[in-house]
Amino acid sequence: MIRIEARPSTPRAMTLGIPVLSALIALALAAIPLLAAGANPIAAYGEMLRGVFGSVFAVSEMLTRATPLIFTGLAAALAFRARLWNIGAEGQLYLGAMAAVAVGSGALDIPGLFLLPLIVVLGAAAGAAGMVVPTFLKVRFGADEVVTTLLLNFIILIFLQMMLEGPLQDPMGLGWPQSAPVLDQGMLPPLMDRMRVHAGLIVALVLAVLAQFMLARSVWGFRLRAVGENAAAARHAGIGVNRSLFGVAILSGGLAGLAGVSEVAGLKGYLTADLSPGFGYTGIVVAMLAGLSPAGVVIAALFIASVFVGADSMSRAMGVSSFLADLVVSMSLLCVLVGGFIARYRLVWVRAGKAAR
Amino acid sequence: MMDLLNILLSESFWAASLRIATPLIFGVLGALICERAGVLNLGIEGIFVVGAMSGWMAVWLGAGLWGGVLVAALAGAFFGLLHAILTVPLGLSQHVSGLGITLFATSVSYFSYRTALPNVSSPPRIEPFQPLDVPILSDLPFLGPVLFQQTALTWLALLMVALVWYVMNRTALGVAIQAVGDNPDSVDAQGLSVYGLRMGAIVAGSALMALGGAFLTMSAFDAFFFGMVNGRGWVCIALVIFASWRPGKALLGALLFGAFDALQVRLQAEMGALVPGQIFLMVPYILSIIALVLTARSADYPRALLTPWFKGQR
Repeated sequence: MIRIEARPSTPRAMTLGIPVLSALIALALAAIPLLAAGANPIAAYGEMLRGVFGSVFAVSEMLTRATPLIFTGLAAALAFRARLWNIGAEGQLYLGAMAAVAVGSGALDIPGLFLLPLIVVLGAAAGAAGMVVPTFLKVRFGADEVVTTLLLNFIILIFLQMMLEGPLQDPMGLGWPQSAPVLDQGMLPPLMDRMRVHAGLIVALVLAVLAQFMLARSVWGFRLRAVGENAAAARHAGIGVNRSLFGVAILSGGLAGLAGVSEVAGLKGYLTADLSPGFGYTGIVVAMLAGLSPAGVVIAALFIASVFVGADSMSRAMGVSSFLADLVVSMSLLCVLVGGFIARYRLVWVRAGKAAR
Repeated sequence: MMDLLNILLSESFWAASLRIATPLIFGVLGALICERAGVLNLGIEGIFVVGAMSGWMAVWLGAGLWGGVLVAALAGAFFGLLHAILTVPLGLSQHVSGLGITLFATSVSYFSYRTALPNVSSPPRIEPFQPLDVPILSDLPFLGPVLFQQTALTWLALLMVALVWYVMNRTALGVAIQAVGDNPDSVDAQGLSVYGLRMGAIVAGSALMALGGAFLTMSAFDAFFFGMVNGRGWVCIALVIFASWRPGKALLGALLFGAFDALQVRLQAEMGALVPGQIFLMVPYILSIIALVLTARSADYPRALLTPWFKGQR
């Protein structure tokens, strides 16, 4: 008879190896849909690799794609550590982007030294506000934040369309639902000539290092982990649980808001309703692949970005739908979940006689 | 004010409310069965998508309308089984697994759609379910147009409310499902299989959810579009709390939601010149949040909801 038994502790090799293995298994499983679409999987993987690493431009595209995913991945990782289920990063991203174009596209014509920090701070604040509301509803009324943040995503998206056809619409935009461009001095500078990768990446990396340090070393990080592991015990130990939740809500929402700022002020230059192809939701997968560690988020974001950029390029070359990338991303989430089980439990054989005792 | 009264008294308004409520009835019932057994199923949004896509595609490939309904239910059951394996014997996070199922089911649907129809800008249309014209009853004043000119899937939804109520409240199986969501140890002590009951409930609930999706492509519309589910699954997760996990109240919640949604469409038409139309589009989502806020504290959650159970561990 087989019995499931908790491991006394998870071997370190497993903590690191399981996410990598999950990602590889998900990539390997993509051979099935590739075959179903009539493509040669080996050739497809080759195209994907070339699409990501084949040129400096390709790598720059991958890093550009990874930038928002680092922000939203951090947003999910921090919140999930405290067991605050922020599934609303998609909406918070758009709140940040709206704040960025509201002040950045001509409302305030001030030097870049002031305008850019203002855009960043207001964008983060708007995203944070988007998470403080559901956290308040959770703490005060017991309303499950999973449902409220998910529903808020739809409300914010409709609000965005209203703004883009109203107050935020570009007067010179010929009636298209898009915002006026962010002023030049409000833009995050590009990192390389003629490449799209921009300073948002540096901001994201710095914040990942900061988050890693605060989570592991600071009193704040200790409280947050305590709340996540056992809220009742943390409360008993005198930790202000609600305060910790609001704190992490502000950080998580703020990080998601920065994803929007970075996409608008670093990449696109103006805001449309299709700014994000689901970066908020993909951030959840990034965080889970990273084992909720901020340093891991960077690596996971690079992987997921490679999948998207590689699949796009493979799709152009071979005519296979680029939804393949979404398949790989969702399968790697499911694989890493199962991997988490293997890390925590082991199967032991129990002889029938002994089991009966 | 007169306009509002006119709307509320019109047959077409209530017919539309019931039509809008139909996918939600399936969805809330499905979520209710899963949660009564102790497992949150956030795969619902993706299962709606897969139900909508697979049912429609089966009909397009020539399976017939009821064949499409069957295919949708089976597809929903398949993704439900996946969620069941991850959350019941493996006891993994129900939140993360559910979101994973939603992402997976959605991408499977979108990839299959694009692979089957690579170069179409608009999807092929099918001949959807037609309103059932019940002789005599359809000619009744008011009730005739509201009730007796709905499609067969709306009737199936109403039938399911009665069936789920009956199973949950009047059969040993229903009692066992509720017990497994409240106190799995006691179910185990009686020699019943906790795993079997929970997994069975998730599979059955997910099949129902997929019918909600199938209604969209096979009755409300006649084709599949990206983004057509548009949060309806998440609304169901809010409504099931509003409904206190009871089938009758689930029907009421879905109907109320349908009525508000039908009302906002009509108000938008009347007042569209005064306020941006988007204000009205937000209403259903805001109402769902309000319903959740008002009922969350007093809600009688299944006691073992979200708690995994392992055999042989007390």
